[in-house]
Amino acid sequence: MKKFAAVFLGRPMALVGLAVFAAIVATALAAPLLFARGPFTIVGMPLLPPGAPGLLAGSDVLGRDMLVGLAYGARISLLVGITSTLGAVGIGVLLGAVAGYYGGVTDDLLMRVTEFFQIIPSFVLLMVLVAFLQPSLNSTVIGIALISWPQVARVVRGEFLSLRGREFVQAARTLGMRDAAIIFTQILPNALPPIMVVSSMMVGSAILTESALSFLGLGDPNLLSWGSMIGGSRSAMWVAWWTTVLPGLSIMVTVLALNFIGDGLNDALNPRRGR
Amino acid sequence: MLVSMQGLTVALPSGADRSLAVDKVSFEIDANEIVCIVGESGSGKSVTAHAIMGLLPRGVTATGGSILFDGVDILRQPPEALRKMRGCDMAMIFQDPMAALNPVVTIGRQIAEQICAHRAISQGRALKQAAELLGRMGLPAALLKSFPHQLSGGQRQRVMIAMALSLSPRLLIADEPTTALDVTTQAQILKLLKEIQAERQMSVLLITHDFGVVADMADRVVVMRHGAVVESGTTNAVLGAPSHAYTQALIAAVPKGEAILPPLPSTDPLISVTNLSKRFRRGGFFSHAPTIAAVDGVSLTLSRGETLGIVGESGSGKSTLARCVIRLLDPEEGEILFDGADIAHMRSGALRPLRRRIQMVFQDPFSSLNPRQTIGDILIAGPRAYGEDIKDARARAAEILRMVGLTSESLRRFPHEFSGGQRQRIGLARALMLKPDVLIADEPVSALDVTVQAQVLRLLDDVRAQMNLAMLFITHDMRVAAQVCHRVMVMRHGRVVETGPTRDVFAVPTDAYTRQLLAAIPGRLTATQ
Repeated sequence: MKKFAAVFLGRPMALVGLAVFAAIVATALAAPLLFARGPFTIVGMPLLPPGAPGLLAGSDVLGRDMLVGLAYGARISLLVGITSTLGAVGIGVLLGAVAGYYGGVTDDLLMRVTEFFQIIPSFVLLMVLVAFLQPSLNSTVIGIALISWPQVARVVRGEFLSLRGREFVQAARTLGMRDAAIIFTQILPNALPPIMVVSSMMVGSAILTESALSFLGLGDPNLLSWGSMIGGSRSAMWVAWWTTVLPGLSIMVTVLALNFIGDGLNDALNPRRGR
Repeated sequence: MLVSMQGLTVALPSGADRSLAVDKVSFEIDANEIVCIVGESGSGKSVTAHAIMGLLPRGVTATGGSILFDGVDILRQPPEALRKMRGCDMAMIFQDPMAALNPVVTIGRQIAEQICAHRAISQGRALKQAAELLGRMGLPAALLKSFPHQLSGGQRQRVMIAMALSLSPRLLIADEPTTALDVTTQAQILKLLKEIQAERQMSVLLITHDFGVVADMADRVVVMRHGAVVESGTTNAVLGAPSHAYTQALIAAVPKGEAILPPLPSTDPLISVTNLSKRFRRGGFFSHAPTIAAVDGVSLTLSRGETLGIVGESGSGKSTLARCVIRLLDPEEGEILFDGADIAHMRSGALRPLRRRIQMVFQDPFSSLNPRQTIGDILIAGPRAYGEDIKDARARAAEILRMVGLTSESLRRFPHEFSGGQRQRIGLARALMLKPDVLIADEPVSALDVTVQAQVLRLLDDVRAQMNLAMLFITHDMRVAAQVCHRVMVMRHGRVVETGPTRDVFAVPTDAYTRQLLAAIPGRLTATQ
């Protein structure tokens, strides 16, 4: 663990990523305290540029404070990114672990199911799912989790395939440990590093996917997210650049920070690199 | 004198477990002689050999001394000059020929490439030379078109030797060339090396950990420990009258290949296996490739307090048999009577209460312990699986650790903090935590240094006697089997070729294959003279 911290903290980009991500999380958490009036309140004339009195980031097409929108948008983006990743990791770890540990017919069946999800264009599937479930925060999270888990399942299955043949796993079987105990206490801790790396990257891509959904108007209509901010302002893109560029920059910075963290984790947790 | 090494000192990068890999090592290699460097892992013997080739790994540098090869100091040659010397003047073969050969290039092209890199000759003529070399190695010329994975381990090592000899070097360095091979193949490769050395009048530097190999091969011996030379001299002098205590200990630790334990009076067997068979299907689900019988109609009995050795080369089915008996694999046919119940086809639910009574010690000390758990957690995993109280389990773990020669302070530490021999002790402790009746030991000492090997074998035998265990001891090494087994069973191609009390099998082997195995034990000829 000391070694892990030393390697991770030794990467400047990982540190920058961690700091930026922490700042975004803090902003998201503090948004209701800082801006109690909420993101939908109209505060002035529409399309005021950044720097106008009382409007650090300008106002949008309806005259709402962009800064408040960005802070509240962070809440939705992070919430969707993290919960959908947790869901995807949950499904992926379970199916990947079962497929990799038991092998044979179980593995064949589960992998065919995984491939079914992988061969369908995932964004099209997501749009169909969300439209079918009615656009809401829940349907967005469920939809993104459902299109993201195959990637986790593949990684976990691969790790389990190689780990299940190791002698300490055979030893656990001869000790009479039950399969569930072997999977969760013996093999899974050894498979965690790649899972952590994949998940940190996945939070970023889930935020991107959520933005795309909201941009298309398939997000929760009662919530403001970065994607829906861009979607709602696209008609004003040429006259008021800040309405689209600022939420776009927020998405980019967040995803970039998560990728830097992922790279740092990869170096720190992968024994073949970094050490 | 071909090679003269004077005070070679090689530094390790900072953070290693010691500062010098090699500390003021001096020795000579004359023309037309075989010199052996003997030592345990970490003795610096490989680094010394690599230094002669100018092939020290990155970060490891020679900081002092000189290595004169025919008067030229290798340590002070530019890389290009060294490249020209490698292959032409000196060549090297390695422990793992699979890793040393390029898997996607045919054998013929690999040998020809080596010749063409140094000589201005056509590819066709180089291939012809390669064919001749293969012929000398006892390999058919048809192998030129084969890829490395199509060859057996012994064939690959012969190809490596052919490659090394392709430019007629004056010095051949062989770094543990037979460690990864079966004992009969090892004997053939060593014989080939010796013949070729005599034929070509070249010098050979042989790195080994096995004093048996030294006795068979060497003209002179250099014994190394912790990077320094402990003793050197002619083979007869060093083996006959070792002056240093470490050399004496090393020689004493080499099993003599003489049966020690007398057979036990016959009692009711605890385990009796009848006509057990296990087949593996090659290829995928739909392929019609034939199945291979890894274990083919094997029967055996094992009583309390008795050790039965199962001896065989790789692919003989000995490990598959052991894994069937402990039901890590499901046998197709036959029965395994354990204390009156047939466990061969028992379902896992019914088997579970019996599992704890049959335990196993594994071969690889590095993969047999979960790297993410403390020794304490590893040891109590078994008792916890049966719902025992954690406090009781912890107390017993400390007690059993002391029994295998470790302190209870080890409970809080992780596997990587222990040496190979200590890890094998922990693996044994884990097996003993469930107070088993049967212990299956699958090559428990084959990954260990010879002195550590002797200690672990003694421990296994002590524990067997103390706990009145029935022990199934799987090994490829007849010498090891002789030390701990009351009876031995020799396996080949999944079948039993001979079984009987260790003493009788060693004294009067009835099967030709057993005789071949016994004859292949390195150092046996010299020892009996």
